[in-house]
Amino acid sequence: MSTGAVTTVGVVGAGVMGVGVAHNLAQYGYGAIVVDLDEEILRRAAEQIRAGNRMARLLGSEAPQADLDRIRFTTDDRDLAEADFVVENITEKWELKREVYPRLDRLCRPEVVFAANTSAISITRLAGLTDRPDRVLGMHFMNPVPMKPAVEVIRGWHTSAETLDTARALLTGMGKQAIVVADAPGFVSNRVLMLTVNEAIYLVQDQVASAAEVDRIFKSCFGHPMGPLETADLIGLDTILQSVEVLHDSFADSKYRPCPLLKRMVDAGLHGRKSGQGFYTYR
Amino acid sequence: MPHARTAIRQFILSRFPGVTFDDGEDIFGLGVATSLFAMELVMFVEQHFALQVPNEDLELANFRSVDAMAELVQRQRAAA
Repeated sequence: MSTGAVTTVGVVGAGVMGVGVAHNLAQYGYGAIVVDLDEEILRRAAEQIRAGNRMARLLGSEAPQADLDRIRFTTDDRDLAEADFVVENITEKWELKREVYPRLDRLCRPEVVFAANTSAISITRLAGLTDRPDRVLGMHFMNPVPMKPAVEVIRGWHTSAETLDTARALLTGMGKQAIVVADAPGFVSNRVLMLTVNEAIYLVQDQVASAAEVDRIFKSCFGHPMGPLETADLIGLDTILQSVEVLHDSFADSKYRPCPLLKRMVDAGLHGRKSGQGFYTYR
Repeated sequence: MPHARTAIRQFILSRFPGVTFDDGEDIFGLGVATSLFAMELVMFVEQHFALQVPNEDLELANFRSVDAMAELVQRQRAAA
C-alpha cells in the first residue's frame, strides 16, 4: 500500500527530542503539528526552536533555518487527523506510552505510520497497542536532532517493508540517513553506549583513572568528540542508571549490572550537567 | 570596559576553573570550550548585559575571546 507523499508530520511530545524533530522538519519544508499537554511547554518549545536557529547561525551552519510558520503548536491532539506521519516523543515510560498509542490509533488516518522516538522501549510491544502493527516502527533520533546526520531506525516484528520505505523517504527529506536495525533491548546504540558508560564509571570507582583521564583517552586516542563520562553528564546520570537497569532486567545478564558508584551518585542527587554536578562541576 | 571584561572572565572561569588565558586569547583554542559553551556565552552576554545580540553579530568571532565579547557589548550599547 502506498501512503503517498508525507507533507505534514505530527510530533507528539514537545520535550527536548520533540522540539528537535519539529525544528528539523521545519528546516526542510515539512509542516509539523506539535502536540503537548500544556501551553507553557509549547511556548517553551517555540522559544527553543528560535534558540536553535540562533545556535546554528552562531556556529556558521549552512543548514537552512527552521521556518516557525510551518509549525503549529497545539494542546488538541485531534489536530493529528491532518498528519501524514506521526513521530511520538513522549517520556520514556511504558505506562504513559500505553495510553497514547491507542488514542493515536483512533485519531490518525489508517494509512499513517507511527514512529516511536525511543532509545529503550520495544517497538513490537508498542505496535501491539494499535490496530496497525505493520505501520509502527522506531526512530531513535540523537540529540541535538538537527545536527545529527543519521537515525537508528528500528524494525518491529510486524513492521512492513512499505513502512520502512515511507520512513526512509521522510528521513531523506529531513537530510538524514536511516540505519535500520532489529528490535532488541537498547537496539544497537544504547546497548553499547550504556555498557561503555557503566564500565567507564567502574574505572573511576576502582581508581584506575580519573573521569578526566578516561574522557581524554576517548577524545585524544580515539578521536571521539566527547568522552563517555562527559556524555553521561550530558544525558543525565539518572537516565543512564535507568537505561542500564532496563538492559539488566531485559537480558537478565549480569554484564549489565549498574556500577555501585553510579547508583550512589544518583542517590546523592549528582545527576550531571542539569543538576550542576556529575563527574564534572557545572557552574 | 574593565567591568565587562571582568564579568566575562569570571563567567568563563566559573565553568573552567584553573584555566589561564589572556583577554585577547582564543578560548576555543584552549581545548576546553566546546560549541555548546559558545551558546552559553551568548546567553550569558545577553542576560548579564541586558541586551539582544542581533542575527548579524551571531558569529563565533564575536565570542572567541574576552576582548571580542567586551567589544561586542560596547557596540551593542552604543547602538542602543
